[in-house]
Amino acid sequence: MFKDIFKDTSVRILITFMVVLCVSASLVLPEWMQNNFLYGLSRGLAVLGLMLLWRTNLISFGHALYYGFGAYAVALSQKYFGITDILLRFAIAVIAAGVLGFMLGFILKKYREIFFAMLSLAFSMVLYGLLAKAEFLGSTDGMSISPSTLLGMELTREYLLFLIAFFVICTAVSIQAYLRSTLGHLTTAISDNEIRVEYLGFSVEKAIHIKYVISACLAGGAGGLMAASLGQVDPDSMVNWNVSGELVFITIMSGSGNILAPFIGAIVFEFIRTYAFEWAPQAWQMIVGGTLLAIIFFFPGGIWSVLEKIFNQGKKKNVK
Amino acid sequence: MQFWATVLLDGLTYASYLFIVSLGLTIIFGVMKILNVAHGNFYAWGAYTSAFAIGYISDNDYSEALYFPAILLSAIIVGLVLGYIIERFILRKMYDQDIHLIVLATFGVFLIFEDLIIIVFGVDPYLPYQPAMMLGWVDVAGLNRGVYQLSLILLASVVAFVCWFGLKKTKWGKLLQSVIYDREISEAMGINVTAVYVITFIGGAILGALGGAYVAPTTSVSPGFAIDLVVLSFAVVVIGGMGSIPGALIGSLIVGILRAFAVHQAPILELFVVFAVMAIVLIIRPEGLFAPPKARKI
Amino acid sequence: MSSNIVLEVSDLNKSFSGITAAHNLNVSIKKGEIVGIIGANGAGKTVFVNMITGYLKPTSGKIEFLGSDITGIEPRDATHIGLCRSFQISQVFMTMTVKENLMIAMSLAKKSGNKLLKPFQDEVISNECDKILDLYKIKDQKDLTVSTLSQGIRKLLDISMAVVGNPKVILLDEPTSGVSVEEKFGIMDIVISALKQTGTSVLFVEHDMEIVERYVDRVIAFYQGEIICDAPPKEALSNEKVIEYVLGH
Repeated sequence: MFKDIFKDTSVRILITFMVVLCVSASLVLPEWMQNNFLYGLSRGLAVLGLMLLWRTNLISFGHALYYGFGAYAVALSQKYFGITDILLRFAIAVIAAGVLGFMLGFILKKYREIFFAMLSLAFSMVLYGLLAKAEFLGSTDGMSISPSTLLGMELTREYLLFLIAFFVICTAVSIQAYLRSTLGHLTTAISDNEIRVEYLGFSVEKAIHIKYVISACLAGGAGGLMAASLGQVDPDSMVNWNVSGELVFITIMSGSGNILAPFIGAIVFEFIRTYAFEWAPQAWQMIVGGTLLAIIFFFPGGIWSVLEKIFNQGKKKNVK
Repeated sequence: MQFWATVLLDGLTYASYLFIVSLGLTIIFGVMKILNVAHGNFYAWGAYTSAFAIGYISDNDYSEALYFPAILLSAIIVGLVLGYIIERFILRKMYDQDIHLIVLATFGVFLIFEDLIIIVFGVDPYLPYQPAMMLGWVDVAGLNRGVYQLSLILLASVVAFVCWFGLKKTKWGKLLQSVIYDREISEAMGINVTAVYVITFIGGAILGALGGAYVAPTTSVSPGFAIDLVVLSFAVVVIGGMGSIPGALIGSLIVGILRAFAVHQAPILELFVVFAVMAIVLIIRPEGLFAPPKARKI
Repeated sequence: MSSNIVLEVSDLNKSFSGITAAHNLNVSIKKGEIVGIIGANGAGKTVFVNMITGYLKPTSGKIEFLGSDITGIEPRDATHIGLCRSFQISQVFMTMTVKENLMIAMSLAKKSGNKLLKPFQDEVISNECDKILDLYKIKDQKDLTVSTLSQGIRKLLDISMAVVGNPKVILLDEPTSGVSVEEKFGIMDIVISALKQTGTSVLFVEHDMEIVERYVDRVIAFYQGEIICDAPPKEALSNEKVIEYVLGH
């Protein structure tokens, strides 16, 4: 599955980007930007998961379920087991979300379009409802999380960023290996013609189930890393329906062309949020909403398609 | 016995404003096939406008008789203005697009108008208790409740009746049912579908605003007022059947009473139980309990 | 069951809430046979094909393939054991190129389980696909997107995708429907000669009697859910019942 994966262009671009990001964040760029990168890379994992589903024509309006589940898994693992190691935290978040996704996947794999979207939303609100009222989990105040450690050693914010970038690289490279495999190509085949895929001998529901679990793992991992970066989890910022909405927004804004797109989109989103907060603290939601509408109307292919256009224009000029 | 009377009464009250709001949402879906997240904006703006008007009347010592007309007028104005703006400038450009994108666009609109409320009305909560105070309290089945809260139930009943009458007995109602059933055929029969869309959306908006405007005196109106309601009305519509009006009625009753039950019996389950039912309905009967008839294509 | 018989249908019945769509069907198909299935619309031909390929489950009766009972099988399992079908309305991947379509088909036929995680672009599979593209004469269009191509090419692609696993039996559902008159014979020539080369048994549903006469060893005629005739073409097409109920004279 990973044969020659490092010769893949997308993988090379992604790794280069991450390295450049880490180097410039640590040496050149102002420190406050580190947060944007931390949150952007974390959230980007969830968006990558949504992008996978989108390529099969499935949009989940409830992915905050896994995002929040992963985050709370990290919080609970600290509360009850004292776990602060970042490697363990990531693993716990991914596995917890994956198991949940596996179970719910049995139901969801049978649905399409608006029913898939609504059922995902319902499941996520079920979790929200539980968390928001659960006193022992902090209700709407949530729980706090201590800074992460690595193999017993303290972890600075800078090194946390490096580690998260590393997790992102590992995950994204695996996803790319998946996408270029036959199973990955089934993704687009299924969205094109489900009947044919069945008659070619592969169970469509099984393919969707697999994809769903992968996207759940990604969202869970994202939530876990986000929790570690923020130091805090609560239902309103991690499980509520508007969080799911935001994730879908970033997915559309990023575009679906490439494994790097979700991370660029998520980082851009963080910057939009930071600047929106600064310029117009009472109107930052408005700016987000306005950006969403602008993307839908003027840039339906998302940021990635814009980047591609610019790159191709550049290529043309060089050829000339 | 006392417990059940409480659950029933409170449940009916919840169900009432849920119904008024969800009715608008389900009609919009039925006619235009759009899941309008921005419906929350009508509710919030309706509540704020009505709260503002009530405050104005009260501050200037105008006649108390003006309260109810003010509430109604707030609903109508908000529905007309917001409904028209959103339909004309956003939705009309998107009718042939993927349904997910339309939902996302209405989410964007929702975010915009949510913040606009803060800009227009400020961040401090409004407490327009005056109309509720005016009507006083009454004892029903051994429970002491505000007359105003009970009037919500009356309002919902009136709305339900007007709706039923309008749909079954008037020409306009039949037109609407025809468009819900099949847009293409309706168009082919000469019905001006765009006009129907605009009027439907504004009508739905007015209903959403009415829910907010009328409920304002019973609570405190503050930013984020509508967030929970958006997703609760979605649950109602999904449970009852997207596009079905009797569905909105039954859905609201189910959600309202379940919520009241949970609040009084096991508060931890208050939200959980509503969405668990939504999930169960989607799994067992995805079209909802009262799915509107679907034209068989081919 | 004689070792030459690949597909055997016994006493097959299908009713949908009171309406009998198939009644007491009995058919034996030998290896390499080319059989034409004819009948008016609604006579039960497609129900028959759908039951054999697993899209519909029979109400009663038995279907045996290479000696094993496959009654009630799922379509994807039928494909795996060598029983494939093509579609009246070509079921192809419109947004992909001809070559990609075939590569998906070939990959799913050749790989399973963990092998599916191996890269899609595979030289061995690519070469196999090129051979089939050649056989079905759609090599020139291999890098074109299917949505831009004619019905005839889509039909050929649809059928070629159904044969990647070297099935023992293939059912073609109205292979020339929707195809222009000029292309019809060309397509059938290509398809039948390709299938004869691999010794695949062919059943095809067809309305055009010229096509039926030209290519088949045997004709099975349906009327109101029953088989009214099962004989070589000359005999079948001059059979009284066939003339009255199928040819419509």
